[in-house]
Amino acid sequence: MKMELFKLILIIVLAVIMLASAVYAVVSKKTVSAVLATGVISLLASVIFLMLASPDVAMTEAAIGAGLTTFLFFIIIRKIEKQDDAK
Amino acid sequence: MRNSFLIILIAAFAWFMYDIFSEYQTQEQLNKTAAYYNSNEPSEAGAANVVTAIVVTYRGLDTLGEVTVLFLATLIIGFILKNKAEKIIDSKYKTSEILETGAKVLVPGSLILGVYIFINGHLTPGGGFQGGAVIGSAIVLLLLADPNKIVSHKLMNFIESTSGFFYVVIGILGLIIAGGFLDNRIFPLGKLGSLISAGAIPLIYSFIGLKVGAEISGIVNNINETELTDKL
Amino acid sequence: MTITIDKIALFLGIVLMLIGLYGAFSLKSIIRIILSLSIFDTGINVLIVSLGYLKGRTAPIIDGDKVTVENIFNVAIDPVPQALVLTAIVIGFGVTALMLVYALKLYQSKKTLDINQFSDLKW
Repeated sequence: MKMELFKLILIIVLAVIMLASAVYAVVSKKTVSAVLATGVISLLASVIFLMLASPDVAMTEAAIGAGLTTFLFFIIIRKIEKQDDAK
Repeated sequence: MRNSFLIILIAAFAWFMYDIFSEYQTQEQLNKTAAYYNSNEPSEAGAANVVTAIVVTYRGLDTLGEVTVLFLATLIIGFILKNKAEKIIDSKYKTSEILETGAKVLVPGSLILGVYIFINGHLTPGGGFQGGAVIGSAIVLLLLADPNKIVSHKLMNFIESTSGFFYVVIGILGLIIAGGFLDNRIFPLGKLGSLISAGAIPLIYSFIGLKVGAEISGIVNNINETELTDKL
Repeated sequence: MTITIDKIALFLGIVLMLIGLYGAFSLKSIIRIILSLSIFDTGINVLIVSLGYLKGRTAPIIDGDKVTVENIFNVAIDPVPQALVLTAIVIGFGVTALMLVYALKLYQSKKTLDINQFSDLKW
């Protein structure tokens, strides 16, 4: 019973952080901060998948959603900034 | 005008979703499909991880289509970017000593971890997609430490097309020897829970892992190598 | 009505989808639109996984200790949504990479990422 209550509190805390990051990612003026906020959403989503008893999905989300997608956004932003410098 | 349209759209979507949310009840029993998979999978497919058996065998055709979609994405990205044959050396970008040394230590370990994850896909959580993503991350680390490093496109294309070819060959062998396309019973099922078991599932998942790893590395490598110029 | 973790996850998925949809329609920069679509994607995945959860059960992996061949029917959750989401995440990565490369090409053609500047086919 105690374990159930702990899980409930943990998932509520995670959900609040994720919703705050999502709102920040949409509202914020800085693109780099928005990309980082999206990475936080993906990383915490993988913890939620683990709590919902699906470790396969949690591994995929942590590797692809949080790691590779965030990196891809950064590399594209760097390419665009580099072209701005060259002008 | 534009904003009021947007608010109406969001409200309609929220109302539609509220219907799903209000009627949702936490289930106590498995539904019919899940009950069939959970109770018959150990004797039919022989894999300890039921999710792997569904991805590779029961819904194997879906996975083949999914790998094809990823292959097409890689192909289109390579086609749009149209990289030159020789590479422009970007001397302005310098990496730190710590990153270079760390990459030398970590890249071989990450590659081995990726291979471990997809070989053990039928026993533990993980499998071809996760292992492929870990291999892709290893290549990303390699490129972060030295952006001017040349990762061979030919090798990537060779690994990618060979594993795709053998994936389909194993599927057709299932059609000839066992019950249907991508049936895993072309080899004996073996003892549940040992490394060499579950018929062709470890073999198929290894090919999927190599293919996904090569595709992700190809996407990242193509984008990293491209140089923006003024003309299209 | 009792509160359980799968209900909270369902609610979270729906709200993430709504925020992503709002962002995709209201923002101006193409990179930010792609970012909002990726939030929408995460929301859909959380929603689908939460639909397969059963109270007090564990993952469908036979380890011979908690889950065995005999009792997997009674202690494991629904494996089908997990298999669907597994492939959906990988496809999401491919689609995001494709969209980003198109954004790069669009920037190359007009030197801007503002979506309102691209009105060539509108008349």
